[in-house]
Amino acid sequence: MRRLLWPLVVLALLLVVNVIFTPTFFSIQMREGHLYGSLIDILRFGAPLILVSLGMTLVIATGGIDLSVGSVVAISGALACLQISQDAGVLTAVVLALGLSVLLGAWNGFLVAAVGIQPIIATLILMVAGRGLAQLITDGQIITVNDPAYKLIGGGYWLTVPFGILLVLAVLAVTVFLTRRLALGMLIESVGGNAEASRLAGIRSRGIVIMVYAFAALCAGIAGLMISSNVSSADGNNAGLWIELDAILAVVIGGTSLAGGRFSLGGTVLGALIIQTLTTTIYSVGVPPETTLLFKALVVTAVCLIQSPAFRDKVFRRRGRPPTPRPAAEEKVRVTA
Amino acid sequence: MLNRISTLVLAGLTALAMAGCGSGSGTDSAATSGGDDSITMGFSQVGAESGWRTANTKSVQEAAKEAGITLKFSDAQQKQENQIKAIRSYIQQKVDVIAFSPVVESGWEPVLKEAQNAKIPVILTDRAVDSKDTTLYKTFLGSDFVEEGRKAGQWLVEEYKSSTDPVNIVELQGTTGSAPANDRKAGFQEVIGGEAKFKIIASQTGDFTRAKGKEVMEAFLKSNPDIDVLYAHNDDMGLGAIEAIEGAGKVPGKDIKIITVDAVKDGMQALADGKINFIVECSPLLGPQLMDLAKKVVKNESIPARVVTEETTFTQEQAKTALPDRKY
Repeated sequence: MRRLLWPLVVLALLLVVNVIFTPTFFSIQMREGHLYGSLIDILRFGAPLILVSLGMTLVIATGGIDLSVGSVVAISGALACLQISQDAGVLTAVVLALGLSVLLGAWNGFLVAAVGIQPIIATLILMVAGRGLAQLITDGQIITVNDPAYKLIGGGYWLTVPFGILLVLAVLAVTVFLTRRLALGMLIESVGGNAEASRLAGIRSRGIVIMVYAFAALCAGIAGLMISSNVSSADGNNAGLWIELDAILAVVIGGTSLAGGRFSLGGTVLGALIIQTLTTTIYSVGVPPETTLLFKALVVTAVCLIQSPAFRDKVFRRRGRPPTPRPAAEEKVRVTA
Repeated sequence: MLNRISTLVLAGLTALAMAGCGSGSGTDSAATSGGDDSITMGFSQVGAESGWRTANTKSVQEAAKEAGITLKFSDAQQKQENQIKAIRSYIQQKVDVIAFSPVVESGWEPVLKEAQNAKIPVILTDRAVDSKDTTLYKTFLGSDFVEEGRKAGQWLVEEYKSSTDPVNIVELQGTTGSAPANDRKAGFQEVIGGEAKFKIIASQTGDFTRAKGKEVMEAFLKSNPDIDVLYAHNDDMGLGAIEAIEGAGKVPGKDIKIITVDAVKDGMQALADGKINFIVECSPLLGPQLMDLAKKVVKNESIPARVVTEETTFTQEQAKTALPDRKY
């Protein structure tokens, strides 16, 4: 829990900044028969990122990384919209899109676990080729669909709550159950800690690695459906562009080590929420578009620094303690003793 | 270990670079240039960020086929790096003429100098560059974005002629730093700046995409309770914003008046449905004009340094009559 303290502080700070600029920021109303408010927006637009980051967390926990999720987002949305525009049922379209996503993820896992390619290279292949595939599916066009059932996934509401948020909660619940209530989480961590040792201990590490990549791609696939459904159109070129970087950032902010071996799902969700809140803050505070990237970079740098124990130690020691050399000297003695 | 990592990173970068060059494989069966009357054109497109852009791409590809010009087409996916790479590869392939729509306005001198040194003429299409040295390219074929912004502003001034109440405007800008975003903003500002009642209360980039347009508009609606007018730099952002406005329980076109630029089919449909109030046309069908210019440039005929595409504006009534034969 203590690991989540700093991300929580950052998120709270960002929200406070928003309230200062927009006093009604926390208000949530009912409009047009659904919940309406800035906080709902953050959750709704953040939902795809949370999903992608969840998958990324497990991949990173095995010591890998998945750069191809952005392309999978584009492919999944493109395939679903193409099917729907050709009068296939929504269910068929969704199943096909998610099926293809899992297949692509398993391919990544196969390259990493069975062929032994470094994860960053193995997934780079699909990152680059996948966007081409998405554009091939859409024929380079933006496919506009008009289907209320499809619209529900990312832009609709169920019992006044945005359906996307419910979907994320469901995936999160399943993931937490599988990894924290069953032994799966520990197996993933052990593979990330030392794949060879785990194998010798009787864990089928190849299977685990292939499975986490497939899971990451499935999450990306669902996110792709959400993003395309939200605007009722598939854009092979832009959907999910650079989302892999945001997802990796969310995982890191959440306190999961890039070296693998341990992970925090709660931290990842917080990390993704911080990123989305930051985006919303930029819009509502009115940061000029020319300086948006710089602003984001500064905040992210600050978040990463504040999360680093080494940095906090230095700063707090300098500021917190009077410059008397004696206690420091004593401490040193104690350490060496 | 460190060595291995750096080798891997290098390998990754090379793969990326190669992918960048290879992404233009659309029409790669092209024969080598150099034949007497066969012209080879290298065309670097911005991307496929909107319906407008894809119509533009189609127009260029079809016009090239009709004019008997071999087209090497590449898609830069909104990245200047990709575009510079594509132009370099066209120089190496010794094409007869290079045409491209710059993703952003600045930073083109070095690569355009390379083209000049290789004696390959360059035509800018649709978007300009801000280079002082106008000898770097032969001509700029495209819309006058400042004029488009002015047209949008003029409609607004006319619409609120009789009112003295303050008019709160929000603006969805195009890709930050791109010529259409800069100029459409400037032209609009120039016209409405004359009257104190017009106030732009929020302005953010929506990257010319529906998804971003919707996301930004949602935030605008929450932080600014009183919005009278939305000015979006293209139809797609406007269409995304319409969904956001409807989600907030307001009526697009009535509670919030909407002005957009482009006039693509989906936008015209929304205009005819009364969800958009006014669209300034920005025609993407400049392929035939481009091919004419290319032929002249290759023959060394003199051409004007600036060619403007012909464009108009649409009100809701005009949209209803124009919609049936809208191609893109």
